[in-house]
Amino acid sequence: MLRILRQIGRTGVLTEAPPATDDAALEAAGIELRRTLSSRFRGSFAIRHVDAGSCNGCELEIHALNNPYYDLERFGVHFVASPRHADGLLITGPVSRHMETALRRTWRAMPAPKIAISAGECACTGGMFGVSYASCGRADNVIPIDVRIPGCPPTPTRLLQGILAAIGDQR
Amino acid sequence: MTDRDWLLEYRRRLGEEGVSCSAPDPDTLAPVVRLSLAAQDWRRAAEMAAALGWRWAGIWGDPGPEDCLVRACLVHDDRRVLLETRVPWSEPVLDSHARCYPAADRMERHAQDLLGITFHDHPHGHRWTRHRAWREQDHPLAPDFPVHGHGPKRTPADTNYPFVRIQGSGVYEIPVGPVHAGIIEPGHFRFQAVGEEVLRLETRLGYVHKGIEKIAVGTEPAALARLAGRVSGDSTVVHAWAACQAMERATDHGVPARALHLRALLAERERIANHLGDIGAICNDVGFAFVHMQCARLREQWQRRNHELFGHRLLMDVVAPGGLACDLPADGIDTLRADHQVLRQDVEPIFAIVDDHPSLDDRLLGTGRLSREDARMLGCTGYVAKASGLSFDLRRDQPYPPYDRLRVTVPDLQEGDVASRVRVRMEEIHASLDLLDQLLDTLPPGEVASDLPRPAPDAQGIGLIEGWRGEIMTYVRFDQTGRIARFFPRDPSWFLWPALERLIHDNIVPDFPVCNKSVNGSYSGHDL
Repeated sequence: MLRILRQIGRTGVLTEAPPATDDAALEAAGIELRRTLSSRFRGSFAIRHVDAGSCNGCELEIHALNNPYYDLERFGVHFVASPRHADGLLITGPVSRHMETALRRTWRAMPAPKIAISAGECACTGGMFGVSYASCGRADNVIPIDVRIPGCPPTPTRLLQGILAAIGDQR
Repeated sequence: MTDRDWLLEYRRRLGEEGVSCSAPDPDTLAPVVRLSLAAQDWRRAAEMAAALGWRWAGIWGDPGPEDCLVRACLVHDDRRVLLETRVPWSEPVLDSHARCYPAADRMERHAQDLLGITFHDHPHGHRWTRHRAWREQDHPLAPDFPVHGHGPKRTPADTNYPFVRIQGSGVYEIPVGPVHAGIIEPGHFRFQAVGEEVLRLETRLGYVHKGIEKIAVGTEPAALARLAGRVSGDSTVVHAWAACQAMERATDHGVPARALHLRALLAERERIANHLGDIGAICNDVGFAFVHMQCARLREQWQRRNHELFGHRLLMDVVAPGGLACDLPADGIDTLRADHQVLRQDVEPIFAIVDDHPSLDDRLLGTGRLSREDARMLGCTGYVAKASGLSFDLRRDQPYPPYDRLRVTVPDLQEGDVASRVRVRMEEIHASLDLLDQLLDTLPPGEVASDLPRPAPDAQGIGLIEGWRGEIMTYVRFDQTGRIARFFPRDPSWFLWPALERLIHDNIVPDFPVCNKSVNGSYSGHDL
């Protein structure tokens, strides 16, 4: 126990100030009138993540959001296990045809108000996989997307900017 | 035994069984030796190799207008042979290897779904990669199948997959997925349990099949390297390297020594980043968040350095055909040397806690045990094999440059439980740090990029790279115009998923997440 406490003490607090979400970032993420909607989430925003065909690069960076440097939960944003508990759906990957119905069902299972965020080049544009016999391409082709966070994969900072912008947090 | 004696012995034994085979152009796919045989001898050749204790390492088909050239790879210690046979489209049937090599089960079914070759006497001949995006009579890799397909406008959910059922008093079933309760890839797990104990687990994958083999056809070498870097994002360096190595061997192109050194440096950095993430996640899955946070911290620092020196946190698109997309900056060597020393010191107190913390011992020791025999039979490589007494590593046992000039230490543990798989990762982090220092010490000067020459028509090559997850084997063939005609990247995950089904036996359902994480198969690398 002592070793653990000593290591925690040595490590200290690493969490960094949140990135600024300037107008360019808002525009890039496609935010328009989200602030009215966001007032309904009342400082708590629950995300259900669905990998709809990703190479798992985006997942690694989404995981990084919970590391001590970014610590997403301090903004009241947390990942939940059930779509029934979620306010936002975070989608990665081109939507593979084999995941198409699962993605639709997850979206349908979420209570309104809800927003859909596509993260990564593939979910935003289809990326290098595009539309094929196996892929529906970008997430927009399957469910309506409110916010886009491009990048291959988007860095945790870009993800943080996009998610904070989506819920209208201007801190 | 000299270099080819093992092969002569194998061929002599085949001859005794009345199987005749020829060795066409032995060097076209070096270091793999080709053995061509008649389709009716396909099964005998595998049985003979199984009797000799060889490992089965993959099967793929290369479709032509009249027939399909099917190849299966077998590994004997550090040498490998590629069995090949032509299967005519008029009667696309081939004997299955899965009876003597359980490892062949799903990859044969993948070939069946994508190419239309039926594997005779397969223990479970039903579909694997195909759900409902294309019809049973369609085969996406057939040359006349359009890349956009002609499936339904909307793809319905998969139904009627013939899961094995267990019935009896008190047996119940837990279906999980494809959407899991976390930030992970999609797949379906079907547990049969009594009380808390798992009787049987069946995985159903293919959800992230994105047609990589099909869309690779017709691409340029540079685009193929980028695509290979997205077969499995966590293995982007090693998959891109395997594809580039295959293309470079196909064109007989010598890559600058500095580029090879830096590729190895990137691959070892990728190994350390993933092992740090896994050690943390395994501890987190048994409720020990402290190690998770500490490892996440180290991983983040490591990734930031990747970004600073190579322009990408996961090192995507740095490995390119002919070399690298960017060089290590002049001051990078000192920065990295200092980093290695810092990481050595940083992991020490954390690994000491992982080593002997009673609550971790309680959950990890003896959990999810995979026997050496099972690991061998299922064709496992990487940390799963190394934890179960099969210490094979391409970097040491069949070294490619620059590893042929480096000392590679490979962990060799026997218990095969989750704790051993954690220990292999910890030992590999230390070994990789030593390798990184060796690489910096011997880093040659010069260019890091070179132009890949124009490939000869039908030029082909095999890439063999030891990734952090295990052995990657990639086959590439060019067409008449220098574009890609066939690309098959075989990720080690093909052999890890069946290992997970095996090692979960008799464990309790709540231990599944930690068992799964300790194996950490890639869904994307498997589903392609």
